[in-house]
Amino acid sequence: MIPAPFDYSCPSTLNEALELLQKHGEDAKILAGGHSLIPMMKLRVASPSHLVDINEIEGLSYIKEEDGYLRIGALTREVDLENSEVITTTYPIFLDATKLIADPQVRNRGTLGGNIAHGDAANDHPAVFLSLRAEVIISGTSGQRTVPIDEFFFGFYTTAIQENEILTEIRVPIPATKTGNAYYKMERKMGDYATAGVAVQLSVDDEGSCVYAGIGLTNVNPTPLRASRSEEALLNTKLGPEDIAKAAAYASEDCNPSADLRGDEEYKRAIVKSITKRVINAAIARF
Amino acid sequence: MNKEITFTINGDEKTLEVEPRLLLVHMIRENLDLTGTHIGCDTSHCGACTVLLDGKSVKSCTILAVQANGKKIRTVESLAPENEYDAIQEGFKENHGLHCGFCTPGIMMRTVELLEKNPNPTEEEIRWGISGNLCRCTGYNNIVKSIQYAAAKIRGDELPATDPVFV
Repeated sequence: MIPAPFDYSCPSTLNEALELLQKHGEDAKILAGGHSLIPMMKLRVASPSHLVDINEIEGLSYIKEEDGYLRIGALTREVDLENSEVITTTYPIFLDATKLIADPQVRNRGTLGGNIAHGDAANDHPAVFLSLRAEVIISGTSGQRTVPIDEFFFGFYTTAIQENEILTEIRVPIPATKTGNAYYKMERKMGDYATAGVAVQLSVDDEGSCVYAGIGLTNVNPTPLRASRSEEALLNTKLGPEDIAKAAAYASEDCNPSADLRGDEEYKRAIVKSITKRVINAAIARF
Repeated sequence: MNKEITFTINGDEKTLEVEPRLLLVHMIRENLDLTGTHIGCDTSHCGACTVLLDGKSVKSCTILAVQANGKKIRTVESLAPENEYDAIQEGFKENHGLHCGFCTPGIMMRTVELLEKNPNPTEEEIRWGISGNLCRCTGYNNIVKSIQYAAAKIRGDELPATDPVFV
């Protein structure tokens, strides 16, 4: 299968790209890694009449800690996470997630920005960014705006990004010293979307009491889901087995999985419960 | 509206006018007559279409030809220098790394990048490394052996013994 015909632009600056989006309105789609979009276009599930290829725009690919944040440029490729020292030392949750995304060839192209801008609850980084309480930086012709991750996802393929805007950065508050984070997703086969996935970041104070809990769920809800009750169940506790069991049970109850070839609702809820416990323990092991 | 693109293919510079919707794999196979790169699935899963784009292994069925503008493309045809076998080809030959051969070019091109980044991979690293390439014939074990052989050959190390059953 091949895509329907379309026009194509390859701007070299962000401003050019924004002007093109302004000009073509809802007929235009951004092409970054293209490994969600192009398969959809080949199936003709998506037929934008104009593609704005942003891959040649400089300055949108970076991973750096600055001003209290880990700042990741939207065009950072999945493979770049694997080669980043700051990610490996402080944010191994990204390594957990990226190695479960598709395969090496796809990871050479797929971008962090695209992974969340696509608005698909089945993608892995949304849950990761939920657990890290990220902020999304969106650029438009009148400047930049910041959207907290909890206000970013609206539904199927729908995010806070408007027609004439481009997601340019995601930033994560640099966590407190005693922090651990981890991600795991259950999949039927290598590179599959999640049957269910769980992202966790926890911080404790010097007495071992939990002062931060972020838990995000992948593909068990129409949008990426924050397991709020689970987070509350862990805050101000010593993260003992009963606290963890409660958090896992709540995550299982509060998600809304749909039955599909990956499993029925009951099965997916059971997986969520099991993985939530596993990932909480993995995060604790990384303090 | 068609676009004019310029790129190098296996070291040779080329300029073509293409429709934006032309997939890289179709340009390689049909416009450039390089049919070593294969189309296996249509869902971006199988990796039979894997080529190198500026040195990175990518699935050419999921990339537009226009995205190769200004870039270097390498396909499996670039592996055979002057009628000798490349180390990777020799590995697959000596270790029966293929049956029907349909997935093989994609796996070989993936192996080029894999071994460039990791010249001495463990078995697990090889299996993870080729996880974007599906093979329906071999069961992968001989593919792994072929890559281990190729890696040793490239490093100049002693070559692993090949199983005499397959000679």
